Amino acid sequence: MLKISLDRINELFEAISASQTLYIPTDREDGAAEYRKYESGMKLSNALNTVRSAKDFFFPQTENLVDFKMEGKNIEVIDIRKESEDFVIFGARACDARSFTILDKVFLAEPVDSYYKTRREHGTVVTMACTRPSETCFCGVFGIDATAPEGDAACWSDGESIFFEAHNEKGKKFIDSISSLLEDGDTAKLEETREKTRAILKKLPLAGLSTESFGGERMMEHFNSEKWGELSESCLGCGTCTFVCPTCQCYDIKDFNTGHGIKRFRCWDSCMYSDFTKMAHGNPRLTQLERFRQRFMHKLVYFPANNNGEFGCVGCGRCLSKCPISMNIVKVMKALEVK
Amino acid sequence: MQEAMINRAKQLLADGTVNRVIGWKRGEFVYDVTPAIFETAEELDAEFVYDDFTAANVSKYLVKECKKEGKILAFLKPCDTYSFNQLTKEHRVVRDNVYIIGIPGGPKLDAEKIKAKGITGILGAKNDNGTFVIETLYGEEKMPYYEALSTKCESCKSKKHVVYDELIGDDGEVLESDRFDMVEKLENMSAQERYDFWREQLSKCIRCNACRNVCPACTCEKCVFDNPDSGVENKAPADSFEENMFHIIRAFHVAGRCTDCGECSRVCPQNIPLHLLNRKFIKDINSLYGNYQAGEDTTSRAPLNDYKTDDCEASIVHERGVE
Repeated sequence: MLKISLDRINELFEAISASQTLYIPTDREDGAAEYRKYESGMKLSNALNTVRSAKDFFFPQTENLVDFKMEGKNIEVIDIRKESEDFVIFGARACDARSFTILDKVFLAEPVDSYYKTRREHGTVVTMACTRPSETCFCGVFGIDATAPEGDAACWSDGESIFFEAHNEKGKKFIDSISSLLEDGDTAKLEETREKTRAILKKLPLAGLSTESFGGERMMEHFNSEKWGELSESCLGCGTCTFVCPTCQCYDIKDFNTGHGIKRFRCWDSCMYSDFTKMAHGNPRLTQLERFRQRFMHKLVYFPANNNGEFGCVGCGRCLSKCPISMNIVKVMKALEVK
Repeated sequence: MQEAMINRAKQLLADGTVNRVIGWKRGEFVYDVTPAIFETAEELDAEFVYDDFTAANVSKYLVKECKKEGKILAFLKPCDTYSFNQLTKEHRVVRDNVYIIGIPGGPKLDAEKIKAKGITGILGAKNDNGTFVIETLYGEEKMPYYEALSTKCESCKSKKHVVYDELIGDDGEVLESDRFDMVEKLENMSAQERYDFWREQLSKCIRCNACRNVCPACTCEKCVFDNPDSGVENKAPADSFEENMFHIIRAFHVAGRCTDCGECSRVCPQNIPLHLLNRKFIKDINSLYGNYQAGEDTTSRAPLNDYKTDDCEASIVHERGVE
């Protein structure tokens, strides 16, 4: 397997960033990790994951869609899109990599979202296998193997070197572009590392969580559950869970009058917000209970109902760490579990 | 402490003084407690928790809870009582509908502070004379206990309960705290340094509104930022100007009413030190109008709601100016 020694990783980053924009997870001064555009000397984070997920690269929080100019009775529609640049996301975890598959099902289904599609086409996802999963991790529950992440190419660390493997043409092209830095390496130690990680994954406190009670077949049973009241009673109605979530995909489209024309933009929406899906007739979900229910029904029931049983959660655990009141999908699943 | 609280709550439920209890519920791990309402002794026995991680201030929930039938028992830490008093002063809670038991406060801990040390796979934790011993999936880890403190507990302003019906444990005193040290440090920076500091911090904002929604001083029925008809409603900051202004406007709005409970910084998923904005206002109010602590009482007029002939002139802002 092709590898590069870990102490030469920045040489690798220099090489990648010489031809394309490179994003890597790096530590902030407050100890949290976030993706940043690579600049010389930037250090790859050792953190398990970033606070914000990698979905931002394909589905940014805000995005201008189109401009309108009015002159008399004429409206001029201006496509503001510029040529997209190629970019590489390095170090995405298995959970985030799977989230792209989920987002693809939403944005690449007819009618195709051309903004999202362009970014997907220009982005190369290089994943990094996990070696130190956290107590909040439960990707395995959704059939994700943290030691064998998806992505265009994947890499593994054995503590000394990073090993590469391509998963598709894009990945092959990526590895070819850095091949002069890579050498053939023995994977014995890597196998050992993977084995150790697999053992940890089995021991995770949430490893036993079951999805059996969920899916489209139990829609009304879960919808009408009496548990929602208690589960949602202390929800603050903030958007933290939805904004750190790698699979939350709802957005709002608005027009902004600049005084010289209209800018139509979209931004992430949150089902936790009081004006979520507000329409001309009003709001279909007037209480926090209904909005809270929407989030979990979407991930555990509606999404699998529409996507051959695939759940809309990847078990990354961000909502477990970040919810101000520590209410999350795991607690919801346990409460609604049908025994 | 937890046992004494559960026992007293059960008594008050049994004798009909209250019909429900607001406190904290145990989670999946040692740290993920959730504010919750308990209606029976069985629920209290099974899930009620009061420990190092019960940092959440439950006062704001009482705005909604005190409108329901019957009296609710609330366990309030010293800092939480200031929030409750301020809400009483603003007629947002009905004092008579809440039975308050004052409980000793923190310091409380923040699991994120533990994780920021690179400690992961947390399965258990205990304080061993100032050393925090953490059991993890990868073996035992140790760190100084005080380094795991929630930001809001790093400089405690008071151990005194300003409102209660009864106490469990002793009441404390208002403390001499160093809570304005960082504000002073910021004041002493050049305008550019200060701007850079806040840009670095506020650019992390994801506009989740957790700070606003948890804030006991933010109790508007409909926030202007949530009202599509307001013209300023926004779900995401369009640019750096909006990123800055959302937090600055919010700090202005709660100025003179913020008790410095620190919930805004506790809940921020991006670790933005939002409490520093509020503390700047508190410090300025103290220096311009004399020392004032919001929530200390329920009857006095707050400096910004009051007019006195010897008030500082508005021009003082102009005089102090900016660099």
